[in-house]
Formats: sequence, C-alpha cells, structure tokens
Amino acid sequence: MESLIGLLVAAPLLGAAVLLCGGQRLNRTGHLLGTALAAVSFVVAAVLFFDMVGRDTDDRALHQHLWSWVPVNEFQADIAFQLDQLSMTFVLLITGVGTLIHLYSIGYMEHDERRRRFFGYLNLFLASMLVLVLADNFLLLYVGWEGVGLASYLLIGFWQHKKSAATAAKKAFVVNRVGDAGLAIAIFLMFTTFGTFAFGPVLDDVEASGASQATLTGIGLMLLLAACGKSAQVPLQSWLGDAMEGPTPVSALIHAATMVTAGVYLITRSGAIFNAAPDAQTVVVVVGAVTLLFGAIVGCAKDDIKKALAGSTMSQIGYMILAAGLGPIGYAFAIMHLVTHGFFKAGLFLGAGSVMHGMNEEVDMRKYGGLRKYMPVTFITFGLGYLAIIGFPGLSGFFSKDAIIEAAFAKGGTQGWILGVVTLLGAAITAYYMTRVMLLTFFGEKRWQPDAEGNMPHPHESPKTMVIPMVVLAFGSVFAGGLFKWGDAFVNWLEPVTQFEHGHPPLSVPVITGLTVVVLLIGVGAAWFQYGRAAIPVVAPRGSLLTRAARRDLLQDDFNHVVLVRGGEHLTRSLVYVDNKIVDGAVNGTAAFYGGLSGRLRRAQNGFARSYAVSMFGGAALLVAATLLMRAV
Amino acid sequence: MADMSFPLLTATAVLPALGAVATAAVPAARRTVAKWLAFAVSLGTLALALVVAMRFDPGGDRYQLTESRSWIADFGVRYELGVDGIGVAMIALTAVLIPFVIAAGWNDADPVEGEKTGRSWRPTQGFFALILMVEAMVIISFAATDVFLFYVFFEAMLIPMYFLIGGFGDRAHSRGEEEGAKQRSYAAVKFLLYNLAGGLVMLAAVVGLYVVTADQLGEGTFSLQQIAEARASGELTMGTNAERMLFLGFFIAFAIKAPLWPLHTWLPNAMGESTSPVAVLITAVVDKVGTFAMLRFCLGLFPEASAWATPAVIALALISIIYGALLAIGQRDIKRLVAYASISHFGFIVLGIFAMTSQGQGGATLYMVFHGISTAALMLVAGFLISRRGSRLIADYGGVQKTAPVLAGTFLVGGLATLSLPGLAPFISEFLVLVGTFSRYPVAGIVATAGIVLAAVYVLLLYQRTMTGPVEKPEIAKMPDLRPREIAVVAPLIAMLIFFGLFPKPLTEIVNPAVEHTMSDVRKTDPETAQSDAEAAK
Repeated sequence: MESLIGLLVAAPLLGAAVLLCGGQRLNRTGHLLGTALAAVSFVVAAVLFFDMVGRDTDDRALHQHLWSWVPVNEFQADIAFQLDQLSMTFVLLITGVGTLIHLYSIGYMEHDERRRRFFGYLNLFLASMLVLVLADNFLLLYVGWEGVGLASYLLIGFWQHKKSAATAAKKAFVVNRVGDAGLAIAIFLMFTTFGTFAFGPVLDDVEASGASQATLTGIGLMLLLAACGKSAQVPLQSWLGDAMEGPTPVSALIHAATMVTAGVYLITRSGAIFNAAPDAQTVVVVVGAVTLLFGAIVGCAKDDIKKALAGSTMSQIGYMILAAGLGPIGYAFAIMHLVTHGFFKAGLFLGAGSVMHGMNEEVDMRKYGGLRKYMPVTFITFGLGYLAIIGFPGLSGFFSKDAIIEAAFAKGGTQGWILGVVTLLGAAITAYYMTRVMLLTFFGEKRWQPDAEGNMPHPHESPKTMVIPMVVLAFGSVFAGGLFKWGDAFVNWLEPVTQFEHGHPPLSVPVITGLTVVVLLIGVGAAWFQYGRAAIPVVAPRGSLLTRAARRDLLQDDFNHVVLVRGGEHLTRSLVYVDNKIVDGAVNGTAAFYGGLSGRLRRAQNGFARSYAVSMFGGAALLVAATLLMRAV
Repeated sequence: MADMSFPLLTATAVLPALGAVATAAVPAARRTVAKWLAFAVSLGTLALALVVAMRFDPGGDRYQLTESRSWIADFGVRYELGVDGIGVAMIALTAVLIPFVIAAGWNDADPVEGEKTGRSWRPTQGFFALILMVEAMVIISFAATDVFLFYVFFEAMLIPMYFLIGGFGDRAHSRGEEEGAKQRSYAAVKFLLYNLAGGLVMLAAVVGLYVVTADQLGEGTFSLQQIAEARASGELTMGTNAERMLFLGFFIAFAIKAPLWPLHTWLPNAMGESTSPVAVLITAVVDKVGTFAMLRFCLGLFPEASAWATPAVIALALISIIYGALLAIGQRDIKRLVAYASISHFGFIVLGIFAMTSQGQGGATLYMVFHGISTAALMLVAGFLISRRGSRLIADYGGVQKTAPVLAGTFLVGGLATLSLPGLAPFISEFLVLVGTFSRYPVAGIVATAGIVLAAVYVLLLYQRTMTGPVEKPEIAKMPDLRPREIAVVAPLIAMLIFFGLFPKPLTEIVNPAVEHTMSDVRKTDPETAQSDAEAAK
C-alpha cells in the first residue's frame, strides 16, 4: 500500500510535465489528460482510504521513504511521505474537489486558446498541494508550500495580458513569501533546537526535548506567520481579494477549498508545538478572531461577487485558525469546518462562475438580479451552499461552525467569553453578507447592463461538465456535516493524530445552538430589510464611512501602498543614487585623485588606465626587490 | 601514485589553452570552423572534467590527482595541483558552463552587416579563443595548491577578460554605437583596475607569506599543504598582527573578485556592457574564483585571522544580500538587474563560508555551483530577449509572453531559480547557507532570510514588466520565439536545475568531506542543539 502514496503525487506531476512541455499538438486532448490524471489520483486516494479504514486505529499511518534528499552532516532531509488520518482527510478533499474542478474547467475554459496550459497549471497545483500534506518533514512540506504558491501565482496571472491580473499574481507571491520566510525561520529554529525537522522526532515528544518555552513560542509564532501568508489572515490577508483576478475555477479550488486552508493544516499538524506554547496559541486565536471579523466586514461591502466570496473565505478560515488555536478542544473542529467549507465554498464559487458565464463575465452583483428563473440548477446548488455557509440547521456548515462556537466558549474565562461572542457576531455577519449576495444575484428585478461591446447578457444554464460538479458539491454542502457529526465520526477519526479533549463551555450546548440560530435569523433579516424589500440601485450609493472603508479592504491596501510600495520605491531609488554617486563615486574619485597626482591624467580613460597599471606593477616590482634584499641580508 | 602517471588536471587546463590557440589561428574567412572547433574543445574539456570527478574518491585523501613539479626553485615556487571536493565541484561547474557560453554566443562576435571589413584581426576567432583561454586559467586557479601559482593565474585571467568585456560589447545600447563603445571601454577599464588593485594588495600578502615561511621554516614556501602541516605541528607560528595583515591582503582581493559590498561597483558595468555569454562567464565562473579562494586560502592559511574578521565579514555579507537585492529592484536595465541580484547572491555565499558550520560552508559550495547554473539560465535567456529587441531597458518590453511563450517560460524558470524556489537547485544551497548561519548567528540568519522576500520582488517585477501585460509595441508583436539552437542552450540548464533540486546527492557527497577538512582547518565544529544539550545533561 505504501508504494501507492507516491502515485498520488506522480499522476498530476506527470500531467503538469506533459501538458506544459508537450506543445501545441496536445491542445485538443490536454484538458482530458489533465482531468483523467486528477481522477487517477482521486481513485488512488479512495483505495488508500478504504485500506486505512480497514486497519486498527493505532496502525493507520503509512510511510513511504523515497530517497535521501539533502544530507549535510546533522542536517538530513528526505523525500519521504507520511499518510495518516489528517493527511488522508486532505488528500481526499484535494483530489476529490480537484477532480470536480478539472471537470468544471473543461466547460468553463472551452473557448480559451491556452486551455492546455491551464490544465497543466492545475495539475501542478494538485501535485504541490499533495506534497504539502503528505510530506513527513517540514522541509519537504516547504517545497509543497512554495509549490502551491507558484501554481497560485501562475493561475492568478493566467490572463496575464491584463495588467491587473499580472499585478495581482505578483502581489500574491510576494506577500506569501513573507509568510514563507516565517516557515523557513521556524525550520531553522527546529533544527537548532531538535537537530531535525522531521515530523516524528520534532512532534512526538516536545516536552522531553529540553526546548525552552521561548523557543517553542518562537517556532509557533513563525509557523503562524507562514499560516497568515498562505491562509490570508491579518496582517497578510491583502492578496486574497486581488487573487480573484484568476479564472473562477481557480478561485474555487485554490483560493477557497484547498490552498488557502494550508495554514490551518500547518497549525494543526504542528499542534504538539502549540500545545506546549500557550502564548503562541493566544496569538493564533487573536489572529483568527480578528480575521474572522475583518473578512466578514469586507464581504458585506463588496459588489463584486467573487470578492464578496473572497472576504467570506478569509472570515471562514479565521474560524478555522481560531479553532486550531484553541488546542486539542479545537483541532478536529478546525479540520471539520475546513472540509465542509471546502464543499460549500467551492460550490459557491462554481455557482458564481456559472452566473458570470451566463452574464458575459460580469462580476458586479448590482448588475445581476432575478437570475433564479434563468439558471435554475445554479440557483438551487448555490442556494444550498448559501444555507450551508450561514449555518442553517441540519446542513454542513451548521454542524462544523456550531462546534467551533462551542469550543470558543469552552476556552474558559474572559477569553472564552470574548471568543464566543466574536464567533457569534461573525455568524450574524456571515448570514447578512451571504443573504445579500443571494438577494442581489438571484432575486429582485433584472438590473442587467450591456457589456463593453454593447451586448445584453442572455443568461442560460451552463453546460453539463459545469453543472455536475456543482450538484456533487451541493450534496456535500448538505450532508457532509451531518455525516461527520454522526456518532462523532470525524472527531474519532482524527483523534489519534490531533488528540481531542471535550471542551466545557460555560453555557449549555442547546443554549449556544439556540443563540447561533437567533443571530443567524438577525443577520438574514437585516439583509432582507436592506436588499430584499426595495429596488437596488445599479450604482452603489456612497455609503457610510465604514462601508467605504470596507470596500477598500478596510484601508489595508492603502496602507501597504503608501508605506511599502511607495516607501520601497523611494528607498530603492535613493539607493540607486547612493550606489552610483557615493559608493561608485568614491571609487572613481579615488582613481581620479591618484591620476591627478601623477599629473598624467589625460582626457581619455585609457591612457589613465595604462599609467595606473604601470605604477602598480612598478610598486609590485619594488616589493619583490625589497624582499630579495631582505633575504640576502 | 597512479595519479602521477597522467597529469589529468594539467591536461584539463591545457586542452582549452591549446584549443584557444588553435581557434585563434583559424583563417579569417572560416568563422564557422572556429566556432565548431571551440565548441568541440569545450566539450572535450567537459569530458576531462567528468573524468576528474569520477576519479575523485570522496572518502580518500584531502587533495587528490595531485601533481608537483619544481618551477621557480629560488623562491620555493612549485607547480602544485590537486583538488578536494570543492575544487572538483568548481572545475565541473566551469567545464559544464563553457559549452553553453559558446553556444549562446554563437553569433555574438560575427561582423555586423555593413561594418567596415578588412580588419587585420579576426573578431570571431578571437572571441571564442579568449573564452577558452579564460576557461584554462580558471581551471588552473581551482586546482592550484601553490599560493604563487594560484596568484599568477588569478591575475592573468584579467587579460582575456578585459578584452572580452571591452572588445565584444553588447550591441544593444540605448544611446547609440559611439556611446556604447565609450561605456564598454569604461566598464573594461574599471574591471581591470579594480581587480588589479585587489591583485596588488594580494601580491604584497603573498610576498609577506613567503617572508614569514622563509623566516621560520628556514626555506620559503608557497605550498598550501606544507604550510598547513607546519602550522598544525607548531613549526610555523604567525604573530597575531602579521596573520591579520596577510589575511586582509588575500581577503580584499577575493572580496573584489566575489564581489562584496562596497567593492562591487565594477560588476554592474562589466555585466551590463558585455554580451550575455560574457556576463555569464564573469558572474558564474570567474567571480567564483574569489569565493572559492576565500574557502581555500583565507580559511586554510589564516584560521585565527579568519575567526577575528568573521563579525565584520558577516556584516558585509548581510549588507551585500540586502543592498544588492534592493538595488536590483531599482534597476531599469535587465542586465544590471541580474548583476545586482548576483551581488546579493555572492553575499549569501560569503555568509555561508564565514558562518563556519558544515551546512553554511557546504551550502556555500553548492551555492557557487547552482548560482552558476541558474544565472546562466536567466542571463542567457535575457540575452536572447535583448538580441531580439535591441534594447536592455525593461521599459522597452511588455507582453512578450503572448508572442514568445517559450522564451517567457524559460525566462520565468530562470527567474524562479534565482529566487530559490523549492524544487529547483538553488533552494537547497540557499537554505543550507541560511540554516548554517542561523545555527551560529541567529540574528544574521534572520536578516539574510529577508533577502528571499526581496528576491521575489526583483524577479517577479522583472517578469511582470517584460513578459506580461498587453502587447503595445510593434517590435514585441513580431518577436520570434526561441530558435532550436537557443532551446538547446536553455533546456539542459533547466534540466540540471530540476535534477539537482531533487537529487543534489552527487554533489553533497563530494563536497561534504572537503567541508569537514575546512572546518577542521579553522578548528570549528557545528553548534550543539538544545536536544543534544539535554541529552548531555542526562
């Protein structure tokens, strides 16, 4: 069985290589090959899953050692995989949703002349993401970590003839690099502390390692920095909204369901370190709580359907990060929400793509309206995703989000109350902005506008290859949560890896659930009050100060622009000046000075060079002569 | 003593030297013959270098394939060659890159149409002969275990380089042919003076070393091994100040060659004005002699002074890393951008050497090799790009991806290697340097790590401005994609970047033992981890 693990990665990697190097002759079949190889990976994952379920709880992890990678003295890195329950969960999510989105893209990218390349990049993403979750050491994880960053860069910038797309791609990579530097430093710290960075030796017995509290906190914070970059958490969240420049299937797969959740994986995987570093955990929950609200507020103000969903993604990942920061009472729920979110958010994005497909690529929700009659399947699947994300009782999001809210209260003390209230508040805002999206898009009057070329949109249902993935994901959005919750199946499944402790919230569970439902209704009601009753202007009203700030991502981009971009430009420009005039000027000045002294400086540099060289060799000859003299004496 | 039977190292250096002479002698009208001859000789040299690598036994003596002959007996100068693992890696790098340099520069020295002919010299023949001459001298430098012998070739290689920079400039100059010639001549003279000045300082130190050995051993010597043995046995002791002065003499020369901030300003001129293949020759091959010599001579001959200078050197290395990267971000000229990126990378190499850990020094050695390959990939593709548009200015491009996707794709891979993307070879060396530095100097390690963020900025900005966006200029709209010769140059380089990114073991195996020797030269061991401390406490 172990030998199958490598195949998981090899199939999409082969696809990427063939599609990217294969050239024009694969244009007509490339997308089929890419999809087939993604499916192969999924089938292998399924085989491995059933094999794993068939074995004892304690005997489920598989290891595959491929080769020794970087051996330098104590520093030993291997290309080796580890498949345990946590990795398995991700592998199924990545290959499952990944295959569906490959299928969807066949239709979505049908008219793009560079479709083959698109599928090559998607395959590259799958392979990198699988390396990320299958690595058995942090250095190999780092390869996957930056690999998905590369795939994300290539796919955000896929339509790179658009300047905005190229800029967004670069921004995503650079912001992510800041996080990556954090991961690198975490690995340095692990190496100097434990003498290794393989999962087993580092994580199995953190207590006995003799590592100081300060070191562990440092490792934890650096891992968190990495997670902030990849998972778009405050303060490294600014790239995610811009990343919506990429084709919509990319937004669904990479920037909603899988890659952006890698930070949650990293923190959960490194749980042993965080458990031993409570200060780092506190920072984790704070980051999660802040982002949860930040993303939700931004999501309320965006008129671009994809950017509204992107705000929502940030917010939902905030929930997961928060849960992961709670320690063993939260890890399993973080991952559970991650999986259900993978279903409904991917479904929502695919729905958004389907709407855009029918509306001449329009993204402004103010120019939608009344689409439920024209795109019934999209409406129903999107609607189920909507109910799931707001946590409608019985659907996936309800179970997973409710568990996180309970765990937040169970953190205990004042912190517990604050976190509990924040998660409830977030749930209310989620209900508000998602209802807004729903109403603006599918209900109300038609507010359709002609596109740049003057064509009115003729919305229609999308082709089968696009509809099927939406339907499958809608099933997941409805049933996954209940399935996971049934007999605590999901928690029991992960428990051997992530550990689990029952939290004891200060309020009884039914009360919390009741509160969740109440805030949900408040959010939905508020949105209906604002967007359901009256006609919606096609041009957005000016809005309150907060609304305007939220439209601009709460001014974080403006801050970045002024401080980092402008400041950086000034810095590099003045350094160029310094280098030319001062550092190099000193050199030229010295040369001119000596040249002038010798009185032989002529107009041409050449004459000067010769004289200088001659004087130097003369000096050298003198030195040699002096030495000879000394020896003779 | 089977090695003595055939002087393999000498042969590896003599073959390109003879090839240079033969190439120069090809009649003026037979340019193509000269090109193929030079290319064949470079392949032959590569074959010899591979034999060197295969004959080298990582578990054997420190210096292998040794040759020793008397040369200038009066001064104790000997013709002594020998390689350790580091030397093998560097010779292999040189021999691997030269065929690519020749193939990429295939048409760079052809007479321009309409240029007045009837010159007495043969530019094409000269161009390739000079490249082979540089190769020969670089190989001797990497193999020399006699300080004086090293010095002679360290200096002598300036001559062919001077002519390569000054005589065969990049024709793409924004301000016309005449201004171009002026800039070129300035760059060549600056290169020569800067390096001569360094060489002069080194010469004083070389003589000083002789005086010290003559004084204490009775007979002066330049032999690296003899000096090292005498120092180990206590026969030879240097006064603290004398050792430091000698160290500085060597170090300054190598820091100019490397180049290290603030002695770097000749590099952007030299790389900017020369043709791309020559720029590769400078940064990927010739400059490596500087960093290589720091490892072999500074650390090997003056361990205590090296330890004394370490804080200052690390500070300079860190400045180079950050400063070079920031300057790269601010460049408007593609080739100068790559030059400043190289300054940043040389900072990493020097940092790794002076971190005095096995990861740092092993990483630095791998860095020299991988930086050579990645810069060659990036710079040669940049050269192909520049030759199409006739401009080095970034602003003259945009949207190339649309018309020349293969060119853009290979340029991106070269760029990603330059920013040390995991999976490609430079990642391994950069990570080793960083982890090796961090384990002894955590703050320096963290500062250097900031360099990886800046690298992403300068590489992706370059890519964005040249390759993406709408096609707005007619010259771009009709730009042809890479030709088969150009693909044949780039593809193997990319294949090497991927291969060593996943499987660097063939290199680490020969480099690790050499690094252990260097570590014992400076009497250093890797820092202990907290875990091993805890175990020791038990």
